[in-house]
Amino acid sequence: MRKLKGLAFAIAEAIDQEMAHNERLVVLGEDVTYWGAVFGFTMGLFPKYGRERVVDTPITEQTFMGMAVGAASVGLHPVVSLMFVDFCGAGFDQMFNHMAKNYYMSGGQLPMPVTVITAIGGGYGDAAQHSQVLYSLFAHLPGFKIVVPATAYDAKGLTMRALADPNPVIIFGHKLLTGLPFLPFEGEEEEVPEERYTVELGQAAVRRQGQDLTIVAAGLMVPRSLKAAERLAQEGISAEVIDLRTLVPLDEATLVASARKTGRVLIVDEDYMSYGLSGEVAFRIQAGALRSLKAPIQRLAVPDVPIPFSEPLERAVIPSVERIYEAARSLVGAQALA
Amino acid sequence: MIKPEPSPQDLQYLVAQAGLDADQLCRAYRQLCLIRSFENLIADRYYIGKTPEFNMAAGPIRGEMHLAVGQEAVAVGVCSLLGDGDAVVSTHRPHHHALAKGVEPKKLAAEIFGKASGLCHGKGGHMHLFDAGRHFACSGIVGASFPQAAGAAFAFRKLGQRTVAVAFAGEGAANHGTFAETLNVAGLFQLPLVVVIEDNLYADSTPKWAALSTVHHFQRAQSFNIPSYVVDGMDFIDVYRVAKLVIERARNGMGPALIEAVCYRYRGHFEGDAEEYRTREEVERWQALDPIPRLGERLKTLGWADEAMLNRLRDEAQQEAEAAIQFAESSPLPEPQEALMGVFQ
Repeated sequence: MRKLKGLAFAIAEAIDQEMAHNERLVVLGEDVTYWGAVFGFTMGLFPKYGRERVVDTPITEQTFMGMAVGAASVGLHPVVSLMFVDFCGAGFDQMFNHMAKNYYMSGGQLPMPVTVITAIGGGYGDAAQHSQVLYSLFAHLPGFKIVVPATAYDAKGLTMRALADPNPVIIFGHKLLTGLPFLPFEGEEEEVPEERYTVELGQAAVRRQGQDLTIVAAGLMVPRSLKAAERLAQEGISAEVIDLRTLVPLDEATLVASARKTGRVLIVDEDYMSYGLSGEVAFRIQAGALRSLKAPIQRLAVPDVPIPFSEPLERAVIPSVERIYEAARSLVGAQALA
Repeated sequence: MIKPEPSPQDLQYLVAQAGLDADQLCRAYRQLCLIRSFENLIADRYYIGKTPEFNMAAGPIRGEMHLAVGQEAVAVGVCSLLGDGDAVVSTHRPHHHALAKGVEPKKLAAEIFGKASGLCHGKGGHMHLFDAGRHFACSGIVGASFPQAAGAAFAFRKLGQRTVAVAFAGEGAANHGTFAETLNVAGLFQLPLVVVIEDNLYADSTPKWAALSTVHHFQRAQSFNIPSYVVDGMDFIDVYRVAKLVIERARNGMGPALIEAVCYRYRGHFEGDAEEYRTREEVERWQALDPIPRLGERLKTLGWADEAMLNRLRDEAQQEAEAAIQFAESSPLPEPQEALMGVFQ
């Protein structure tokens, strides 16, 4: 099997293979032709399908999100690129008041097969307006399915699955996992089938088995948690690492089963700390595993400040391998180290 | 919008009409050179650690970098008519506007390097430069400058001040809803607002023909009953003449205006841009219209400067830019715990 580096090509290949099968798929967004949506999610599509199906829009997020709503309701399946998730504000009304709600509000009359693909994350010095993840904002709103792939295999399979879904699905691809040459890459080269396949939504992956604590993560925080788990293993601490893969639907069963087994949970999130993923996951786990918990659930996230530009400041707020390791170590406590 | 080159006699008439004297024109020349030197030095430092392999996260300046080489005349032509009390709201490509507005080059450079001595103590970075004392702000979000400048204009009028606000934006941003919404509000409330569209023909990688249903932005502003002008954005004098007219009108309570400055960026949308969307020949065609030698030649034609004088102005500008970069490079980084401070007042 051929090896792939990163999410970008995997997502682009999934779109390509679905476009070849489904004439209703149309790609819309800024810089989706020459630049492959900047972060590569649509690369290679323009030479193959041309401007008829790969459409550069003006910088009009509100309008192209609204066009996706309108087009989906009468028979197309728009694949919309939101270049950086940070730009969601410019098109948010069409997303949260329409894309997410029209199927429900119409009593099931208006279909809304829309796939939104957006780039997330910091760690390369792009500052407060180009470094956020923000998936919790969208996960909060009923009507969106939320996909956060951490591997190329998942990126392709989940994108394939999203493109077959009759509902709005948003795919959040982390920039430091894209595998593009101009950015650091924190993932790994991996085997990805060339043929079409899907990865089901709502099934978390246990990336590493462990006994002493459970680390829950998504996106870039998955490889960082795995690296922290390796260091913990050197000290005799056995960490289980769960990759959420999708936030909506959320695989509560896998989370609860792991928490019951280990009794200690650390949630690692690149989103802001408060009112987001970490609180939600903690709630679901305690609801299902309270009696098994040996310590309060801990979380590591961006501490409710915008992402600062300067490197030492940025490093101080985005969870690192080092800080995941330290948080896990203190959660496990002295007796596990003895 | 390239206008006919004036004859020596007409040139005298044009500068007299614009109220420009030798001193002002030499200062403008120096400003153009300062911006050019500053941008070139930033480009030079940006690639430290990023060659041969381009990694956006490496080197002394991290993240994206959008430089304005080629667009200097628009910034200087407009901002040399403004005082500290007038507001400028700029874009993701903000250095030329900041320098033209009088932001201290040292603090500007230090912010771009993420240093504690920077304008925003390292929290903002190249796309988020703020200098409250000079009423300078910018945003990395396309289309964000229009309503914010309108808000400043609204406040100036409410406060009874004769200051004006300028929104800079690219032609790509003019396809954003905020452009039309702001023009409507500005026309409705007759705000002291000047909207300057720097039309450099490309929105990121997207050529104007693929993103615009009209050719010109002034047509769109006119539909909101806003006086609108097209200028040669590669010509300081042409930008200045029109900017002076509309800024004075706005100052005197005569309402908003739009200037469409047709110009060109010589470098990519951001550093690292492979520029597949345009040809080398096109870039060279525009470089032949470079605003710096054009103004230099005119200064000589007017007899207001000779080659030695121009060289001196260029050297001064280069030294000032170098001093700014050196200040930035020798400044300390902020302490990590600063990251957690300053969310609320």
